[in-house]
Amino acid sequence: MNDYKAPGLALANMWVGFIAFAAAVLLGVYQVVERIDLVPALKSPELYFGSVSTHGVLMGFVLTTFLIMGYGYYTATTSLKQPLWNKPLAWFGFYLAVIGVLMAAAPLLTGNAFVLFTFYPPLVAHPTFYIGAVLLVVGSWVWCLEMIMSTMKWKKANPGETIPLAMYGTTANAIMWLFTSLGVAAEVLFQLLPWSLGLIDTVDVGLARTLFSWTLHAIVYFWLFPAYIAFYTLMPKQAGGKLLSDQMGRLAFIMLLVISVPIGFHHLYMGPFQAAGWKFLHMTGTMLVAVPTLITGFTIIASMEIAGRLRGGKGLFGWIGKLPWNNPMVLATGLAMLMLTFGGFGGVINASYSMNVMIHNTQWVTGHFHLIFGGTTVIMYFAIAYYLWPKMTGKELHSNGMALKQLWLWFIGMLVLTLPWHQLGLDGQPRRISSTPYDAELVEKWIIPEMAMIVGGVILLISALMLVYNLYRTHGNQVAVAVPEVEYAEPVHSIARMPHLMNSFGFWVGLIIVYLVASYGYPIAQFFLMETFGAVPWSI
Amino acid sequence: MQDPLKTLCEDPLERRWVWMSLFLAVLVGFVLGLYALSSNIHPPSNVETIDSTRLHLTEEFAEDNLGVKQNEDGSLTVTMVAARYGFFPPEIEVPTDTPVKFRMASADVLHGVHAPYTNAATMIVPGYVSEFTTSFPTAGKYSFLCNEYCGLGHDSMWSRLTVVDKSAGGAK
Repeated sequence: MNDYKAPGLALANMWVGFIAFAAAVLLGVYQVVERIDLVPALKSPELYFGSVSTHGVLMGFVLTTFLIMGYGYYTATTSLKQPLWNKPLAWFGFYLAVIGVLMAAAPLLTGNAFVLFTFYPPLVAHPTFYIGAVLLVVGSWVWCLEMIMSTMKWKKANPGETIPLAMYGTTANAIMWLFTSLGVAAEVLFQLLPWSLGLIDTVDVGLARTLFSWTLHAIVYFWLFPAYIAFYTLMPKQAGGKLLSDQMGRLAFIMLLVISVPIGFHHLYMGPFQAAGWKFLHMTGTMLVAVPTLITGFTIIASMEIAGRLRGGKGLFGWIGKLPWNNPMVLATGLAMLMLTFGGFGGVINASYSMNVMIHNTQWVTGHFHLIFGGTTVIMYFAIAYYLWPKMTGKELHSNGMALKQLWLWFIGMLVLTLPWHQLGLDGQPRRISSTPYDAELVEKWIIPEMAMIVGGVILLISALMLVYNLYRTHGNQVAVAVPEVEYAEPVHSIARMPHLMNSFGFWVGLIIVYLVASYGYPIAQFFLMETFGAVPWSI
Repeated sequence: MQDPLKTLCEDPLERRWVWMSLFLAVLVGFVLGLYALSSNIHPPSNVETIDSTRLHLTEEFAEDNLGVKQNEDGSLTVTMVAARYGFFPPEIEVPTDTPVKFRMASADVLHGVHAPYTNAATMIVPGYVSEFTTSFPTAGKYSFLCNEYCGLGHDSMWSRLTVVDKSAGGAK
């Protein structure tokens, strides 16, 4: 029976995510056209900043949260081979999050929350925007609880056994998100919401930004985690091979769990409200968080090599051609790795204490996170969907060929969009502008990359529509699925006995708390120790 | 000494890669730290508070006192206010190759500033004074662009910075 796997719950979550995604891509195309003053009739700062705010909220909060929840629920049941800890509660969390999205959407669509997805105090939004955001986050906390309790229930039923890698990573992500979301939750509950309701007169913008930075870096790892889990636990089998090392996956997940949260100050390098020493401390952690990504790159490419050689590939590079590139999971992994490499180079500049100043808040930054998030992360969301949709619906995918074309288009579109953005950033173009009324000499240099970005945006829109169409048509497919079970990759070496630290979380949670107190304790406390001057709310 | 990673991974190549990754991360941090200390390159981090609603009542940020001032040691201090939607004073002129200390405060919301092709940049946060020091090696016309979304007029928030050749006259 399929019932214990709760495919309906997973599908409902993922569909909400992909509908939000399609709407957000449409807005993105409007933005690339509006931004360069090409069509004067389209020009409108209200519409532009409303669109940017909605695009960011839909992509960053709605697509991600629901996709992660859906994938997590299906991973919990299929990898642990047991029902969810509490299915009615999981549905409650889903509806709570949906209500939160609808509540936040109302002020966004009526022009009362054009504060971007990073909230931007002392610009103020209508209180329902903040309440909606809180409900979405609380809904995601229900998911975290489900993941942690499901794992604990399984451990109790299987003493001494090793938690399957897919669920180990998912649980690590749930724990990380609980810590990550505390920053933004504190900002909204203690500062922005009471302030927007008129209960307090002012907010300290320095404190607000410090709390947001707590969330702002690790949230991208919350988004990225499912991609890594698919790399390690789904791709090797789809490529026709094995995972090089189960333990390396665990090590990467643990490092992401511990290091991601206490390093948010690289978003605050240009902020005058934190001292240089703290910024430097956070930078060293930021560099360290590259290590789990480097480990993942090695293990995943090596696993692909194993598969290629098993399929008869010879020589230094012969195995690459032998890989089954007509499998969406394999193709997406290859393309994701390339985009991760490009994006990673840019990321080191952003993360650098002294180099950040040259590109801070320019279009370079937009290019960087569209490569890592829109590229690497989201292309793996597509691959996960293409792999799981047949399992969840019981029907074969509507068209594998269309899926492959869609992935290629997404990759090409993303490069055409983001590489010129890096150039725009080096040429000084600020991000988040709706027009370019600047010195002509400066603006002239931006024209060619801006033309490219429109082409990129249109390619991405076509790709996004192909995805939604393919998934939608799968539900009506007459052909029953050939392999109904999720096939998790086997490691090359079977695990005799997993070290206790790599099969549990207690020690690591303690370590995060120590690291967080060390890196955020004084920087937050200072706002209560010195005389500060808050800001009153400002409308846009 | 036995490799502490040995219990974790069987593959010696993989272990070497993990050590190399760690080494890379440490190396990048070390190089950046070295440059920060030896060339004194730091992001704006003065942690100095100010009441943004009363800037006009402070001596430093009162309207008459804004702009370029020469210090005793020959360096310059530029005092500016950022407010929707402009930087004040809107035209600044400084000589090449001279240390310029910028001190900026916001009169309303969050702003940011950067001048393309220079490393002059800071966030300007209500309630705080931003300070950074830089110098401009190349004469020419530069723009100060607001780079933090500050409202619907954000795009038009920019001003002019002119850098004149030091030998050809210098600052007024």
